[in-house]
Amino acid sequence: MIKLEKVSKSFHNIPAVKAVSFEVKEGENLILLGTSGCGKTTTLKMINRLIAPDHGTITVNGKDIEQENPELLRRGIGYVMQNNGLFPHYTVGENIAIVPQLLKWDRKKTLDRTKALMAKLHLSDEYINLFPHELSGGQQQRVGLARALVADPAVLLMDEPFGALDNVTRASIRKEFKALEELKRKTIVMVTHDIQEAFELADRICLMDKGEIIQIGTPKSLLYQPASDFVVKFMESERRSLEFRVTTLNDLWHHLPVKNSANATVVNSDLSVWDALNCFRSVGQEIAFSTDEIQEQKSLNINDLTVAFNHYHMQYLHE
Amino acid sequence: MSGESDKLLNQTFQHLGLTFISLFLAVAIGLPLGIFIARKRKLSGSVLAVAGVLQTIPSIALLGFMIPILGIGAKPAIVALLIYALLPIIRNTYTGIVGISTEVKEAAIAMGMSKMQVLFKVELPLAMPVILAGVRTATVINVGVATLASYIAAGGLGEFIFGGISLNNTNMILAGAIPAALLAIILDAILAAIQKMNVKKFRKTLYIFPILFLVLGGFYLLPKAYGSSLTAGFTPEFMGRQDGDLGLKSVYGLKIHTIVISDAVMYQAAYEKELDIISGYSTDGRLKAFKLTILKDDKGIFPPYYAAPIIREASLKKFPELEGVLNLLAGKITDSIMTDLNYRTDYLHQTPERVAKDFLIGCGLYKSAKGGKKSVIRIGSKIFGEQYILAEMYRMLILGNTDYEVATKTGLGGTKICFDALMNDQIDFYPEYTGTGLLVLLKPDPKVSKKMAHDRDSTYQYVSRQFSQKFNIKWLKPIGFNNSYALMMRQKQSKDLDVNSITTLQQYLDKN
Ligand SMILES: Nc1ncnc2c1ncn2[C@@H]1O[C@H](COP(=O)(O)OP(=O)(O)O)[C@@H](O)[C@H]1O
Ligand SMILES: [Mg+2]
Repeated sequence: MIKLEKVSKSFHNIPAVKAVSFEVKEGENLILLGTSGCGKTTTLKMINRLIAPDHGTITVNGKDIEQENPELLRRGIGYVMQNNGLFPHYTVGENIAIVPQLLKWDRKKTLDRTKALMAKLHLSDEYINLFPHELSGGQQQRVGLARALVADPAVLLMDEPFGALDNVTRASIRKEFKALEELKRKTIVMVTHDIQEAFELADRICLMDKGEIIQIGTPKSLLYQPASDFVVKFMESERRSLEFRVTTLNDLWHHLPVKNSANATVVNSDLSVWDALNCFRSVGQEIAFSTDEIQEQKSLNINDLTVAFNHYHMQYLHE
Repeated sequence: MSGESDKLLNQTFQHLGLTFISLFLAVAIGLPLGIFIARKRKLSGSVLAVAGVLQTIPSIALLGFMIPILGIGAKPAIVALLIYALLPIIRNTYTGIVGISTEVKEAAIAMGMSKMQVLFKVELPLAMPVILAGVRTATVINVGVATLASYIAAGGLGEFIFGGISLNNTNMILAGAIPAALLAIILDAILAAIQKMNVKKFRKTLYIFPILFLVLGGFYLLPKAYGSSLTAGFTPEFMGRQDGDLGLKSVYGLKIHTIVISDAVMYQAAYEKELDIISGYSTDGRLKAFKLTILKDDKGIFPPYYAAPIIREASLKKFPELEGVLNLLAGKITDSIMTDLNYRTDYLHQTPERVAKDFLIGCGLYKSAKGGKKSVIRIGSKIFGEQYILAEMYRMLILGNTDYEVATKTGLGGTKICFDALMNDQIDFYPEYTGTGLLVLLKPDPKVSKKMAHDRDSTYQYVSRQFSQKFNIKWLKPIGFNNSYALMMRQKQSKDLDVNSITTLQQYLDKN
């Protein structure tokens, strides 16, 4: 869906992005991860031509974006930014309706779509006539997301979309984001410097440093098949929690004892260990799940989980 | 009185018109320019610097520069006002647009807006409060500067203000100054209110502005009744004097389309055929310089008057030798000498100092300065050439013959400003004319003035007595020349039309 080939960009002769190549498949969620100043934003902005690359080609949907009208290209790509970039002189409704207006939708269609989207993003109808400054940071960010999604673009670019939010708001919006049906079909490139966020949301992670790609792959492969010492060092301090995030209950099946308690809460088998640990806090002592292959159910408590994880982990490292 | 209030209304409309036409043009030029330099930031420094320099040109000078290019009347006044209004508008448009958050601008582009859409939907609406603040500043500046437009015959409330200053008529000054101040305050308040309006409501009302400006500007263009084939330009002072326009109307029955204009630009405007008839002084050097001729005052409404220094009696006591020194000049300068001296400063552009020195040397009065340091004598003069020359002569005589020091305060506007300075002990003496003393400063019963206005000696005696009694001010001996008002016309036109007196002028006007 999106393809970058040897794309480079310098500012005042200082390279910001060096010969970067990657491909994002349709429906995939690729996260550009790296420390501040490593060229993530520059890479992202080249995809909707906010920045023109010095070298290399970028294709979206098989078409070289260089050949396209930049305005039409951008109307087909959603863009979400860190500080939301909402128009302070437009109401929430008008902000969301910017792209529909550019695309000359009729009023009814625009209003229906705006309301539907606001409902999906847990924004009350009453907000439609408020101005952005009358909303909280989290609400503003939702409006920013609604604005990017309103015309149902196939591609969504997001630059640290949760970066300006406090930790609590951030975690909850992230969860909603993950669950949002609208986003499931979209091809998303998202920028973050938060490793946890990247591991929670990414299909694949593109780890960058000083304008170059260090490693690109699934969260699991970054964790267990690091391409270099840099990758290891990058994740070192948060390694344990990242492992919890990439391991699912499915992975632990063989390491769990066979038991089936009647009053356990049934959960999905692709729940991560991280989420399962959180589950014990909210739903109770025991949870149960079944694998996709065998129609059999196992129940477990927090102790079973940690023991099974440790077994699994030992085995994974030896493989 | 109803005539006066008509005039006030008319001048207020003219004033509004001048202000808003120029404001409209300033926005039409300044807004795009501000947008342009916000795009090309490298140019912003130089553009703002040029606009800044233009704004520092003194308004009278700027109006003066305009005359050779654009003549007199509305055109140069509008251009001058436009130039003053430009800087705040360019600067605020620039800062307004540059100040918009880059995030918002980027979001606009990222959503697929074209450059024009970004400008009209995002940049201009968001910069509007700042731009409006600039328009507000420009409006207030323009209302103020527009009072000076009357100097170059563009009308407005300045006609009252400057007329009042030269005629020593406080009510007339206030009749112009109060409405001008009110206009500034009201317009400022209206624009401030608009500025504070909710941005959203604002987007819709914004389009009213250009239209409103044009309508208000249109006041100025209301057709004016041109009642005659020739145009006269009279100074504000002349307009209000019995031995001026009032006499022309009552004695000669002269009906001519008249505009009010300052003495400083009047002669040149006549030369450049902007005006046909002007009110000048009979000894003015520019008469010669601009090839003008005096129309004979065959019914004698412009009686000749003496020029003499008038001095505070307190100053005479304080500087005992002074009277003798000032009287050295008494009777020395005849009409033709004065005209020639004026010609040398006004046309040959010699300095008043040089002209004064040459003259004093010529008649053996010049002595080099003694360099004394006793105390300071302050000489005043009105703001035209002849007075500068006289002030210089007195300065040299005092320095050469006494141990006093001298401070000259030249260019004290009109009669009122000069006389007020004398009364308030800001100056010790200045050269005045008996006719002005009689008709402008004393303003006796018309019967009294009529009786003696035609005799220069009785006028001199009357003002001497009255000034001493009323103001403790003494008229010293007359310098010699007589200065009086005169109507002037281009020599060639006078020949072509066969008009050489005020009566023939009036007959010509009646026929055409
Ligand atoms: N418009 C610009 N002008 C000059 N330098 C820039 C510009 N944008 C980015 N840079 C530089 O390019 C490098 C990469 O920036 P960026 O892509 O914003 O990094 P990231 O998003 O990973 O924090 C940084 O060193 C930054 O200073
Ligand atoms: Mg960035």
